[in-house]
Amino acid sequence: MNALLIVVLMVPALGAAITALLPDRAGRVAATVTAAITFMLTVVLALPRTGAWFAYVGTDRESLVPWREVNVSWIPSLEVDFHLAVDGISAPLVVLTGLLTLLCCAYTIGKVPEGGSGRTLAALLLVLEVGILGTFLAFDLVLFFLFFEVTLLPMYAVIAGWGGPDKRRAARKFVLYTLFGSVLLLLGVFTVVTAAGTADLSALLGGLGLSRTTQYVAFTLFALAFAVKAPLWPLHTWLPDAHTEAPTVGSVLLAGVLLKMGTYGLIRIGVGVTPSGAAWAAPVLAVLAVAAIVIGSLVCLRQTELKRLIAYSSVGHMGFVLLGIATLTITGVQAALIGNVAHGVITGLLFFLAGAIKDRTHSGDLADLGGLRETSPRLAGLFGFAAIASLGLPGLAGFWGEAFAVVAAVQRGGPLWITLAAVAAVGGALTAAYFLRLLRRVTHGAAPAPLSPGIARGEWLAWAPLVLLALLLGLVPSLVLVGTHDPISAITEALR
Amino acid sequence: MIQSINHLALLPLYAAAGTAVLVLLVDLTAGRRSAIFGTAAAGSLITAVVALYSSGESTFCTGALCSWSGGEASTVIVILFSLLTLGVLGLSTRTPAPPGEFCFLLVCSMAGGVVVAYAGDLVTLIVGLETLTLPLYVLTGLRRTIAGAASAVTFFLVSVVSTAIALLGAGLIYAATGALHLAALDPHSGLTSGSAPVAGPLLPLAAVGAALLVIGFAFKIAAVPLHAWAPATYDGAPLPVAAYLSTASKLGGVVALAAIVSRLDTGPLIPILAVLTMTVGNLVALRQTRMVRLLAWSSVAQAGYILAPLSAGVHGVEAALAYATFFVVLEFIAFAVIVALLPPDAHGGDIASYRGAGRRSPWPAALFVLALSGLAGLPPGLAGLFAKVTIVDTLIDHGWGWLAGVVAVNAVIALAYYVRTAAILYAPAPGLAVADLRLPKLPIRWPVAATLIGATALAVVLGFFPQLVYDAVGMVTMSTL
Repeated sequence: MNALLIVVLMVPALGAAITALLPDRAGRVAATVTAAITFMLTVVLALPRTGAWFAYVGTDRESLVPWREVNVSWIPSLEVDFHLAVDGISAPLVVLTGLLTLLCCAYTIGKVPEGGSGRTLAALLLVLEVGILGTFLAFDLVLFFLFFEVTLLPMYAVIAGWGGPDKRRAARKFVLYTLFGSVLLLLGVFTVVTAAGTADLSALLGGLGLSRTTQYVAFTLFALAFAVKAPLWPLHTWLPDAHTEAPTVGSVLLAGVLLKMGTYGLIRIGVGVTPSGAAWAAPVLAVLAVAAIVIGSLVCLRQTELKRLIAYSSVGHMGFVLLGIATLTITGVQAALIGNVAHGVITGLLFFLAGAIKDRTHSGDLADLGGLRETSPRLAGLFGFAAIASLGLPGLAGFWGEAFAVVAAVQRGGPLWITLAAVAAVGGALTAAYFLRLLRRVTHGAAPAPLSPGIARGEWLAWAPLVLLALLLGLVPSLVLVGTHDPISAITEALR
Repeated sequence: MIQSINHLALLPLYAAAGTAVLVLLVDLTAGRRSAIFGTAAAGSLITAVVALYSSGESTFCTGALCSWSGGEASTVIVILFSLLTLGVLGLSTRTPAPPGEFCFLLVCSMAGGVVVAYAGDLVTLIVGLETLTLPLYVLTGLRRTIAGAASAVTFFLVSVVSTAIALLGAGLIYAATGALHLAALDPHSGLTSGSAPVAGPLLPLAAVGAALLVIGFAFKIAAVPLHAWAPATYDGAPLPVAAYLSTASKLGGVVALAAIVSRLDTGPLIPILAVLTMTVGNLVALRQTRMVRLLAWSSVAQAGYILAPLSAGVHGVEAALAYATFFVVLEFIAFAVIVALLPPDAHGGDIASYRGAGRRSPWPAALFVLALSGLAGLPPGLAGLFAKVTIVDTLIDHGWGWLAGVVAVNAVIALAYYVRTAAILYAPAPGLAVADLRLPKLPIRWPVAATLIGATALAVVLGFFPQLVYDAVGMVTMSTL
């Protein structure tokens, strides 16, 4: 069964090769079939070992063993093992990756954005999936870095090949920014590996006696690297451009799972491998996270472009996630995890809907939009649902991450954290304000031009799972959180 | 004194030199293009096989000091030289040049590479390096244009000066230490007893000698500020020769530098050269508009990455050789794709003229992306990624963290021009029908196709199993220590 971890990476890789060789339409179908198989595999992967569903308590070392694990020696000279594993922290993200890739591939069957052939796009999506899944599954520091890099050029190609009018500049900005992040990660990884003599993440958990200075240096490098990816204010400026220009499927994957590589890395590697460094830098991280929440919301209030607005809202939401991580408490990290998944689902849906609106109206400018409620009531209803989920209405997925990030900050206590919690809560209110403004602009008012009211079957197929998940995660957040308590407490306890 | 000669150790050199003579004979008797190229290709393959067979043999020894000393490293280097020669032969079957002379000169240069790989003393090393370079002056000027002649003369003058400098360095070192054998120069080898120990007033002399040697060899790998000849020479030379210059010729320089740096203390010279080379190379490459010049400047920058681990002295030699191995394979693929996309006698041309090549020739274009991504150190060019990882690992491991930081920043600068160049191939040509483009879709000649496939297969294998390279060069450094 553990070979499944390798199979889940091999299937999309092979699928990408086959897709690239087949004729256009057949290629897109093949890609979708591959993505469907991969999704099923990720679901099987994410089923906890027998009994783990109820094993909330008991933090003995035994329960820290990942659900599934495979470890093959690969490059002894660099201390790299092909060590993959899945546990409570990575499982929800793995499933989310499988799901979003499947939806994006299915979406390309119905609609190929202008620019290049559809099968190439579908093949690139599958390659992206390999990189993202590998990053979430890697239990070896160097391997994590390798998979982190795999996503770089395919995403560049997706934006530069199928994007909007200013795609080249946006794609170049994206690739240079993220490469800058990943070379810092490279430096951090080898700072740790040469000091510790191993790259195995389960051995490195808790720092493995790394000296304080090493941890400070390494955590600084890790934090910068992941802050570019996540992105954390003020290193976020590549994100709005990339999102505005990227095709719909590119935006969905970028916001849905690519950004999560940053926050996941911060939890697993930043906090997990260099805990003293994390404790030392946590206040700075928290202040920046809260700044991101407030600034992201304020920018959104003034934003006039639909996709740019959603992109900036991502900056705010990722701010909540990072605030949760920065508290370094179990509650905070759990909030970050569910915030991660909820943001992936909801923002993925929002970008799908924004893409659909832009396709119909040929404009993303809020001044040109309006009256969607009358011209296309179903689309307007879905858009309203997604926006309300995103602003964190209780009962929907967005609520848990934001609310408990604030709760965790309050629990940390002390004037700094209480202030941060209060400011973050205000930022949450601002989130509501700009989403309501967005809804008023897009769905209400006079319709400039009539548009086709219907929603195609392919679109329903792509959107329905996300709508259901946004509802389900809101009602049963433990779907994500089951099995996270032990690994997280292992990570955070190293601090005490 | 009578020396016994171990002919087994000399077999690779016999194979290489014998091939050169045989090529001339075939040119005289048969004279057919295919026969000449076939002989040269078979000869370079045989050289590689023989090098495997005679692995680890030494000869021309006085006591423990050998002038011709083989190790696993020498084997790898000889194999690289012969494969690169084979590849260049594959690319140049239609080059408008007299085939007999062309092949003879190329194989002679390979023989020089074999000598460099086995060199056990400074004189053999310099003679080998000269044998490697000498035929290239003629090959560079083969195109018989003004630009070709100019580039050949530039290359010739710079090379002669650099050899003079290296010889002066060797002379000073001999004057200071009385030793020429590489093993005897190593203060930790325990073999210095036979020669005068370096001490007192002679110490600065030895240091100057070592610095001059490094400077002389740095010319060969086009390290900044000794690089000015490279872009002009590459651009003027026929494309396959430019490919050879930027891979095999550079490899010779790296081997020579590694031999010096691992035994003599050269102070801050190497890190300074490394930082200058990678930074200047990358910054200037950003502004290039001609394809071959872009590759030339990028290979200047790559020389900087190779130099960086040599800052750590003997500890960085493995990493430098590993990086060089990954680099020559990827650089060769990049040149091979350009050869495949262009007519046989063509210039590299402007980067803009490659617009749309990805749609007409998807396979070569995909390989170009593979090569450039590897040179940038990113997947799918996994071999290049491991190359970058290797040097960063080595630098951090030996306390050169700041230099690793410089390498990292340079990797970001370099990506800017690599993605721009790769993206041009897939950019639609504005206002032009596909048929009007400068590069028509050409049928790829089979030797070029075979070369490309072989090189790509090698790059992919090395990308997934980089341990092969580490094992090979690791053993080398162990044995020569």
